[in-house]
Amino acid sequence: MTPPAGSLLSAEQLRKAYGPTAALDGAEFSIHPGEVVAVMGPSGSGKSTLLHCLAGIVTPDSGTITYNGHELSAMSDSQRSALRRSDFGFVFQFGQLVPELTCVENVALPLRLNGGSRKEAERAALTWMERLEVDDLRKKRPSEVSGGQGQRVAVARSLVTNPRVLFADEPTGALDSLNGERVMELLTDAARSTNAAVVLVTHEARVAAYSDREVVVRDGKSRDMERAV
Amino acid sequence: MSIGHTLLGLLESGPRHGYDLKRAFDEKFGHDRPLHYGQVYSTMSRLLKNGLVVVDGVETGGGPERKRYAITDDGITDVQRWLATPEKPEPYLQSTLYTKVVLALLTHRDAADVLDTQRSEHLRSMRILTDRKRKGDLADQLICDHALFHLEADLRWLELTAARLDKLREAVAR
Ligand SMILES: Nc1ncnc2c1ncn2[C@@H]1O[C@H](COP(=O)(O)OP(=O)(O)OP(=O)(O)O)[C@@H](O)[C@H]1O
Ligand SMILES: [Mg+2]
Repeated sequence: MTPPAGSLLSAEQLRKAYGPTAALDGAEFSIHPGEVVAVMGPSGSGKSTLLHCLAGIVTPDSGTITYNGHELSAMSDSQRSALRRSDFGFVFQFGQLVPELTCVENVALPLRLNGGSRKEAERAALTWMERLEVDDLRKKRPSEVSGGQGQRVAVARSLVTNPRVLFADEPTGALDSLNGERVMELLTDAARSTNAAVVLVTHEARVAAYSDREVVVRDGKSRDMERAV
Repeated sequence: MSIGHTLLGLLESGPRHGYDLKRAFDEKFGHDRPLHYGQVYSTMSRLLKNGLVVVDGVETGGGPERKRYAITDDGITDVQRWLATPEKPEPYLQSTLYTKVVLALLTHRDAADVLDTQRSEHLRSMRILTDRKRKGDLADQLICDHALFHLEADLRWLELTAARLDKLREAVAR
């Protein structure tokens, strides 16, 4: 089995069981650079498990995941976590900012962890905070900003390393419509401008409407709606 | 949408020529489909016949004769009545979708297939609307949002229906 031509990240025949539960049961996936793909499907169908496997956070029981020509299962744990830090970005439903750090320190954190100097990291962080329209919050702590603002800070943090793939699991799940749409606009604009691929898990059609195509997961099996037609 | 009432409403702010009415309509309401001149003239002659507008002047020049229309008191009353009357909620799409889901279950097909296919079709429209919204002005955004929320409501309803009918089918089969 070879990944589809031109794909940046792809998965074939993924299986993952938690005890008797088959979270993934032959799921497939593929995404090109610059593409935004929505992963949809009912609760408990395996969307997050698929995302975690694709990002190398969870190891599938069987199946292959290929990123940029390299098979994830052939890498060591430390190679995989290095890849996550250098090439992947993450946004989750609740921003998951570090409460002790200011917003700009939060955004700069991935660069600091990659060994960047404080000054350089914070300068890059501010550029992204401007793009996400939250640069005025730089000195505040996460507890002092609203949910929508915090989520934009989290999006800035996920993009600060210029990831090739952005993984977003219900990034607007905790926001109202207006804030959710603003986050989606800014997120997809930013990703398109850097040609990053976006794996967007969502159950909301209005959020999925920001994608280029959708993959539906049901009972651990995936269905690529574009290729299915 | 009632073109007659919309054109009448546009006349309330002052008399206009037919071509001027078309331009105003297209600019404010014609994002989806601009009016044909034929529609404007047939609508205006109906409104004339019903006494809701009068011809307020005729411009004769080199080209075709151009009538200027003004709204009458009856016309204003008509607009008022239209605005005060709520629109009938349109259930026809729901009933078609419902029929499909039920039929899928009755014929032992996968109701989830109907859902996925319909979602895909709805999302196609929603992507176009979302794109237009991003590039448009505030009026575009509001019009697109209305359509988007409706399409989303269809999907949510269909999703819930499919999930419930699945349970119902199991219960009936037991
Ligand atoms: N760490 C885990 N331990 C045990 N079971 C798990 C674990 N993670 C997921 N599962 C199970 O695997 C299945 C798929 O879960 P997953 O989180 O991928 O669903 P999901 O599609 O993301 O759902 P939701 O929309 O509710 O977030 C579920 O039945 C879930 O209970
Ligand atoms: Mg999940």
